[in-house]
Amino acid sequence: MMFITVTQSLLEGFAVTCLLFVLTLLLAVPLGLLIAFCTMSKIKAVKGVFKVIVWVIRGVPLMLQLFIVYYLPGMLSKTGTNPFGQLDNYLYFNWGIDNGGALIATLIAFVINYAAYFSEIFRGGIESIPKGQYEAGQVLGMTKGQIFRKIVFMQVVKRIIPPMSNEIITLVKDTALARVIGVIEIIKVADMFASKAIIWPLFYAGAFYLLFVGLLTVLFNYIEKKLSYYKV
Amino acid sequence: MAFLEVKDLYKKFGDTEVLKGVSFEMEKGEVVSVIGSSGNGKTTLLRCLNFLETADNGTITVDGEVIFPLPTSGEKRENISDKKLTFGMVFQNFNLFPQYSALKNVTLAMDVQEENAWKEQGIKFFERRKMRKEMRCKNEEKAMELLTRVGLENKKDNYPCELSGGQQQRVAIARALALSPDILCFDEPTSALDPELTGEVLKVIKTLRDEGRTMIIVTHEMEFARNVSDKIIFMADGVIEEMGTPAQIFDEPQSDKTKAFFAKAE
Repeated sequence: MMFITVTQSLLEGFAVTCLLFVLTLLLAVPLGLLIAFCTMSKIKAVKGVFKVIVWVIRGVPLMLQLFIVYYLPGMLSKTGTNPFGQLDNYLYFNWGIDNGGALIATLIAFVINYAAYFSEIFRGGIESIPKGQYEAGQVLGMTKGQIFRKIVFMQVVKRIIPPMSNEIITLVKDTALARVIGVIEIIKVADMFASKAIIWPLFYAGAFYLLFVGLLTVLFNYIEKKLSYYKV
Repeated sequence: MAFLEVKDLYKKFGDTEVLKGVSFEMEKGEVVSVIGSSGNGKTTLLRCLNFLETADNGTITVDGEVIFPLPTSGEKRENISDKKLTFGMVFQNFNLFPQYSALKNVTLAMDVQEENAWKEQGIKFFERRKMRKEMRCKNEEKAMELLTRVGLENKKDNYPCELSGGQQQRVAIARALALSPDILCFDEPTSALDPELTGEVLKVIKTLRDEGRTMIIVTHEMEFARNVSDKIIFMADGVIEEMGTPAQIFDEPQSDKTKAFFAKAE
């Protein structure tokens, strides 16, 4: 009976984990591509600014970034208040007391953080494509956009699958950090049992992650195999 | 007036002057080979013609029309992308698109150009979708013809990684022919090939000569240059040191540099 209750609770937590994972992935990939283009920009100011942004985001713990996204708007939203003043004074803006607000704050922090990591993978992938590929497109009268879409893109995809699969698998487990600002994801649920001296749900939660990562691994192997018909 | 006229082409990379005033002309249907030691500007010359590099100075005229320097404004600007296709280019390292089959490598540029033309005519997205299938069929037919001409009709579904170097270069030639360029440029087309594979590529180039193609070939294959060319350009130190028929250049070189080059080559 206990097992079923725990399983149900964990599944509810796991749904939040999955939601966080899927939304982060969907939003961080396009944002990462945008950042990648900015860090490769010919305009030095744009390039410089985005390199600094990537440095800061990769250089600060994700947990701290969660706190910043969660607390900073509140600190800044009350004018004329010293942000280092009393805690209950400056939480003027807050993300709401329910799970939803914290989830959105988490999502913002995760998307920005993962976009920064993805952008470096994309940049590496794009820059690894030989110049000759661009030139071949150019002498065939293609525009820059056409060269990227029709020639470079699929070659980049093939090159970045291994590093991306690493990063995506890390994301699955990083979602557990969301509990620090009150998101009730699977580890938080298990922890709530633990606080009642029922420890085993924590280990049980690990099985959920293992299974999920196992599925992702199979998926990435499949994609790699699908793309093995050409070499880059 | 000659078909292609190149006048006083200059190109600098940083402080290094690579082209120091190159001028030559050629007629339609002529084959010109450019020879000389490495680092003397042969490849840069070809790249300037193909707009892969922008020359610092000089003019390029094709069929009486100045294509370089480009007019900076006005209606002529619209024709630039057309004009670029005056030249086709075959690279030393083939630069085939690895994710596409041999056939698709050849059709890709045709498909893209046709789509561009449709867009310019203001044909709507959904209309274009309908027209695409027929267009692709037609382009594939043309590409098959080209692949047959380079002797690779049975390799159409193979990917570049499944082809030998010589076969890859022949696909690259078919690809360069796809847009029917007026002038086909070869940048050391056999330099990246094993010796036993150069023959098949050179044979294809010879057939193209027999069809009356206008070609500029940068090459280290002296025998081949002699047999296939109407005119030889010997480049040294960023300028055309000597220019003439194969017999003139190979048998009676006038310049000391040319003589020294042949002495070393032997």
